[in-house]
Amino acid sequence: MDLRKLKKLIDLVEESGIAELEITEGEEKVRINRGGPATVTSTAPVVAALPPPAVVPGSSASEPAAPEGQVLKSPMVGTFYRAASPGAKPFVEVGQTVSKGETVCIIEAMKLLNEIEADRAGTIKAVLVENGQPVEYGHPLMIIG
Amino acid sequence: MFDKILIANRGEIALRVQRACRELGIKTVAVHSEADADAKYVKLADESVCIGPPPSAQSYLNIPAIISAAEVTDAQAIHPGYGFLAENADFAERVETSGFTFIGPKAETIRLMGDKVNAKAAMKKAGLQCVPGGDGPLPEVAEETLKLADDIGYPVIIKAAGGGGGRGMRVVHTEAALLTAVQTTRSEAQAAFGDPTIYMEKYLENPRHIEVQVLVDKFKHAIYLGDRDCSMQRRHQKIIEEAPAPHLPLRARVRIGERCVEACHKIGYEGAGTFEFLYENGEFYFIEMNTRLQVEHPVTEMVTGIDVVQLQIRTAAGEKMPIKQRDVVIRGHAIECRINAEDPLKFTPSPGRITSWHMPGGPGVRVDSHAYNGYVVPSYYDSLVGKLIAYGDTREQAIRRMSVALSEAVVEGIQTNLPLHAELMQDAAFLRGGTGIHYLEQKLAKFAKATE
Repeated sequence: MDLRKLKKLIDLVEESGIAELEITEGEEKVRINRGGPATVTSTAPVVAALPPPAVVPGSSASEPAAPEGQVLKSPMVGTFYRAASPGAKPFVEVGQTVSKGETVCIIEAMKLLNEIEADRAGTIKAVLVENGQPVEYGHPLMIIG
Repeated sequence: MFDKILIANRGEIALRVQRACRELGIKTVAVHSEADADAKYVKLADESVCIGPPPSAQSYLNIPAIISAAEVTDAQAIHPGYGFLAENADFAERVETSGFTFIGPKAETIRLMGDKVNAKAAMKKAGLQCVPGGDGPLPEVAEETLKLADDIGYPVIIKAAGGGGGRGMRVVHTEAALLTAVQTTRSEAQAAFGDPTIYMEKYLENPRHIEVQVLVDKFKHAIYLGDRDCSMQRRHQKIIEEAPAPHLPLRARVRIGERCVEACHKIGYEGAGTFEFLYENGEFYFIEMNTRLQVEHPVTEMVTGIDVVQLQIRTAAGEKMPIKQRDVVIRGHAIECRINAEDPLKFTPSPGRITSWHMPGGPGVRVDSHAYNGYVVPSYYDSLVGKLIAYGDTREQAIRRMSVALSEAVVEGIQTNLPLHAELMQDAAFLRGGTGIHYLEQKLAKFAKATE
């Protein structure tokens, strides 16, 4: 894996706020941990190529103290989007108050855009996934406190 | 060849398909419900996607979730395994229209064979003899139904057109019981399959269940891979399968195999499939076709040396069938014992944590199982935890090897039917070979009476 690619990956992690990124390409595997050194290993390809779901904050020392609230989990498999269309304003931002039933994000599945609603009233404490990230059933999306 | 395949199933078959993919250098995506997050094949997959909560309807039968998982992982093809959506024509169609290859026959073929009434009609046209019975669905008129049963001759069996795999059937021995049986089967069919259509056949007294494995590529090249005998059944569910079917004249095997290949051509079949027959007094009677990979495919693999799952994948990817009929040689004998998580006497399901799992090995012993030490068998799905397969140069050797293998197998924490299999390997009638589909239930009934 060349240095330019590696630098791009490091930048990606820094910009996006992901806690950990692991990419497997052929025989090589890179894991970049926020706060830790990047490691490149040549091992037989193993492990999910989907970035691991950002777990409830508190599991990594470099993360801020865990926001209080309930985790809103994805009710379906698909691609997570923060806004109704590319370039549009995100439905919610961290710190915003939402009422129960208010649309907080979109999950696209099979060419259909599904509006995901807040399951309770409260404040958006954290958004746990990136715009355009694939999510599975039960994937933590946001914390609403 | 596909770069990535999504395996839309669980349990031992998910692992089996995964192994075939890995050997071919194909990346695998394992979809799973929350109950299967710790499955062995999920851990071994290149990618995994949780598609729903434990209940099948919301996970393994959830078509949008599965197709969505294929989209987000950029898979090229979906392998449906057996059961679940494997014979769901709508699923096959939606997979294809969504831009993925469905590893199996065309949706319209699945639809045709899925309706058991239409399937029989199509097979009759294709030259296969069917179980004597009414042509077409059972009429609603009582007098006609009574006359039909009279013409066929009691006992008769009422079956749901949308059923299959042993589900949705009822035997009627006397005229007095007929009309109620018809009504009940009709409502059950509506409830279970969403289709109240039923049909009637002669109930054969003591047939054997013999089936033929076929494989067809996308260039109309079809071959048959010999026959299997799956007569050892309880409540229409197979417990033991073997290949080849014992005591059949070679000419009969070749003839039925060739007839199945002809039928494949007539219906434009693609992929792996199995023609199921009831065999009595030297005659084969077609009952249904399974348009998918079957649980018992390993016994065919052992006696032919052919990897059925890999061929299924390769032909689905557009490869020409690499084997000609004359290359298919049946050598030796193979027996498969289905290991179910159930009480060996009462057959009640026994889910839970396997505290000790030790499987046999050695020459001619194959174990197809996703289970491992500490694995929790979920309560939401069927009870199949693994398949033990024994191969020998002769049927006798295969049976001896199976007995030895069964004696080595240890499963603790859950109950299994291993003791039943050990008993059957010593059963005189089984040792002679050629027992019919009622044999096991009769044996179990005798045993139940004796221990009262």
